[in-house]
Amino acid sequence: MRNTKVRDVILLGCFAVAAVAAPLLAAPFGAGYPDLLVKFAIFGIFAVGFNILFGLTGYLSFGHAVFLGVGSYAAVWSFKLVSVNILPAVIGAILVSGLFALAIGYVSLRRSGIYFSILTLAFAQMCYNLAYSVLTPITNGETGLRVLRDDPRYLDSAVGVLGQSPSLFGLPMTGWTGYYVCAAVLVVAFAFSVAIFRSPFGMTLRAIKTNQNRMGYTGFNSRPYLLTAFVISGMYAGLAGSLMAATDPLAGAERMQWTASGEVVLMTILGGAGTLLGPVLGSGVIKYFENIFSAYNEAQLGTTLSFLPESIHDGVVKTLSLFVGEGWQLTLGLLFMVVVIFLPGGIMEGVMRVFRVKHTPPVKSLGDSAQRDIVGESVIEEMPADYGAHPAPEKALAEAKIGTTAQ
Amino acid sequence: MDAILLQIMNGLDKGGAYALIALGLTLVFGTLGVVNFAHGALFMLGAFCAVAMNKFLSYETVVVDPTQLTPWGSPLEIRTPYVQALLGDWGKFLIDYSVPVSILLAIPVMLIISLIMERGLIRFFYKRPHADQILVTFGLAIILQEIVKQFFGANPIPQTAPSAVSGSLAITSAISYPYWRIVYFLFSLGVVAAVMAFLRFTTFGMVVRAGTQDRETVGLLGINIQRRFTIVFGLAGVVAGLAGLMYTPIVPPDYHMGMDFLVLSFVVVVVGGMGSLPGAVLAGFLLGILQSFASMNEVKSILPGIDQIIIYLVAVVILLVRPRGLMGRKGIMES
Repeated sequence: MRNTKVRDVILLGCFAVAAVAAPLLAAPFGAGYPDLLVKFAIFGIFAVGFNILFGLTGYLSFGHAVFLGVGSYAAVWSFKLVSVNILPAVIGAILVSGLFALAIGYVSLRRSGIYFSILTLAFAQMCYNLAYSVLTPITNGETGLRVLRDDPRYLDSAVGVLGQSPSLFGLPMTGWTGYYVCAAVLVVAFAFSVAIFRSPFGMTLRAIKTNQNRMGYTGFNSRPYLLTAFVISGMYAGLAGSLMAATDPLAGAERMQWTASGEVVLMTILGGAGTLLGPVLGSGVIKYFENIFSAYNEAQLGTTLSFLPESIHDGVVKTLSLFVGEGWQLTLGLLFMVVVIFLPGGIMEGVMRVFRVKHTPPVKSLGDSAQRDIVGESVIEEMPADYGAHPAPEKALAEAKIGTTAQ
Repeated sequence: MDAILLQIMNGLDKGGAYALIALGLTLVFGTLGVVNFAHGALFMLGAFCAVAMNKFLSYETVVVDPTQLTPWGSPLEIRTPYVQALLGDWGKFLIDYSVPVSILLAIPVMLIISLIMERGLIRFFYKRPHADQILVTFGLAIILQEIVKQFFGANPIPQTAPSAVSGSLAITSAISYPYWRIVYFLFSLGVVAAVMAFLRFTTFGMVVRAGTQDRETVGLLGINIQRRFTIVFGLAGVVAGLAGLMYTPIVPPDYHMGMDFLVLSFVVVVVGGMGSLPGAVLAGFLLGILQSFASMNEVKSILPGIDQIIIYLVAVVILLVRPRGLMGRKGIMES
C-alpha cells in the first residue's frame, strides 16, 4: 500500500515539475511559447477527463466535445454577466457541464457498446445544431460568443473592478501567467484522476470494463458508477472549455462538432487509454504536430527539403504538401488509422514494452486489458481489506486478473 | 391538405437517401458485423463521381470567330465541349444527362473502392471490438474526405439535372415539386427493390442470408462465405455511391456531405433495427418525412428548432423504449 502511495507521489511530483519546467523542456522542440503550452494543458485536462470514462469503463463517448463547448459558453457568459475573474467562470462551467453530463449520461448509459456511442453522438449533434439555430440568442450562432466592453459584469461593477479581459485576481490569462494558471489546474486535475484510479471507485469502473455481465450477475448495479464517471469526465471537459474561453474569450459552436469529439478520442488512445499519463502525452503530441504541420506550406516545405536531389525534389514536396497546412486533417486521419491498427495500446504500451515492465500483456484492441498501468498493477494485489461493502467487486477483480493473464 | 401532401413528398427524396445509406450500413453490419463509419464517405465519393464525369464531359475547345464580335468589340469566342464537337447531338445529350450517365462510371469505381477497403482494412477488424471498428473507419472517412477536398476544393459544386426533368410539377398554383425529386424517389425505390430481390431470389442471396444466420455452418458446407460477404460489402458501397450520385442535383455535393448524412443514417439504422433491411428502409422514409414535417413553419412556430433535432429525438425515444428498433429481431443488441 505504502509502495503505491510513494510511487504516486513521485509520479505527481515529476508531473508537477515537468509542468513547471515545460517552457524549458519544450523549447528544443520549438514549442516553448505560451500559446501552444496553454493548448497542451487545456487539451491535457480534456483528455485526462475523457480517459476516466473511456479508459476505465470502456464506454466510448462520441459526443464529449459538447461538454467542452457548453463549458466555454458558460464561462463566457460568466465573463459577461458576473466578473472577469476566471474563478466564477470555471466553477460555473464545471457545474453547467456537469448538469449536461448528468442529463445526457442518464439517458445514454441505459445502453452500452455501439448504442452508447451513437446516443452520445446523437446528443452532440443535437446540441451542435441547436447552438447554430434556435439558441443563437445564447450562443451567438456562427459568429461566436465574445466578451464585449459594455457587458454588465454585475459583480465587477459592484466592487469597482475595471477591465474586460479574463484574469485570476488581476493575473492576466494571457502569456506565461495564463500558462501557469492552466498548468496548475492541469496538475490538480491530474492528481484527482490519479486519486480516482487508485480508489475503490476506480477499481469498480475497471471491473465494469472487464466484465459487466459478471458484475450484474453478482448483484452489482453498475449504472450509478458509470453515471458518476460520465459526469466527472463531463466536468473535466467543462473545466477545459472554461480555460479555453479564459485564454481566448470567444466561444463558437464548432468546438462541439463531432470531429472535435473524435479528436479527444484520438488523443486518449494515442497516449494509451486506461493509463494515467497516456492522455496527457497523447494530447501534447497531437497539438504539437497540429501546430507544426498546419503552419507549414508548400513553399516552406520546398526550402526545408532543398537538400534533396533536383529530380525528386518537386515530387516529394508536392506529395508532402498534401499533408501539411490545410491538409493537417489528412495527417490526423492517417494517424488515427495507424494508431488503431498498429498501436492500440498507445504510446504508453510502447514505452512499457521498451522498458519491459512486468505484466504488460500485449494489447490487441483499444483498452482490452484493464491493468496496463504500471502502478495500477500493485493496487490490485493490495485492495484495502476494509472495502467489503459489496462482495461483488473482489470477485469481479479476481476474474479481471484471470482475464488479463489469459489473453 | 396540400401543405401536408407537399411535406410528405419533400420527405420522400431525403428519406430515399437515408434509406439507401442505411440499407448499406445495416447490410454490412448484418453480414460482417462491422460498424462502418466510412460509409458516409462512400456516399460522398459517389456524388463526386458525378462531379468528375461532368468535368470530364465539359472540357471545351475554344474557337475564335473573327467575323462575329461580342458586345465589347472583341472577337467572339465559341466554346464547344469536346464531346459535342466529337459526337454532335449525341454528345450534347451526354452532357445534358451527365448525372445519370455517371452511373456507368460510379458502379465500377465504387465497387473497386469498397472491395479495396474491405480487403485492405475492414477484414482485419472483424474480431475487434466495435469501438476499434468505429475509430479506424472514422479515420478512413477523414482521409477520404480530405483527399476529395484536395482534388475538388472545399466549395459545393452544383450539378444540374437533365433538362427533360429539370422542371417542376405544379400541384396547385402555389405549390410545385421538382421532377428530379420524383426521379430520385423512384430510383431509390428501384435500388431498394433490386437489392432485396437480389438477396431474396438468387442463390447468392440465399447463401448470404444463411451466412448471417449461422456463419459457421455455412462455412462447414464448403461455401466460401467470406468471399460472399466481401461482395456484399462491395454491393453496399455501390448502393451508397449511387445514392450520393443521384442526390447531386438536389444538394450540391461538398467534401463533408458524407459525414452529415452518416450520422443521420446511423440514427436511421438504429431506429429501424440493427441488421434489419426492411427496418432500415422503412425508418429512412419515415424519418425523412418526419423531418420535413418538422420544418413546416406552423410546427416551427410552436416548437422552435424542432426541425434540427427531430431525428435525434426519435432515435433517443426508440432506443429507450424499444431498443431493438422498429423491425429488429428480438434479442439482437438489446442491451
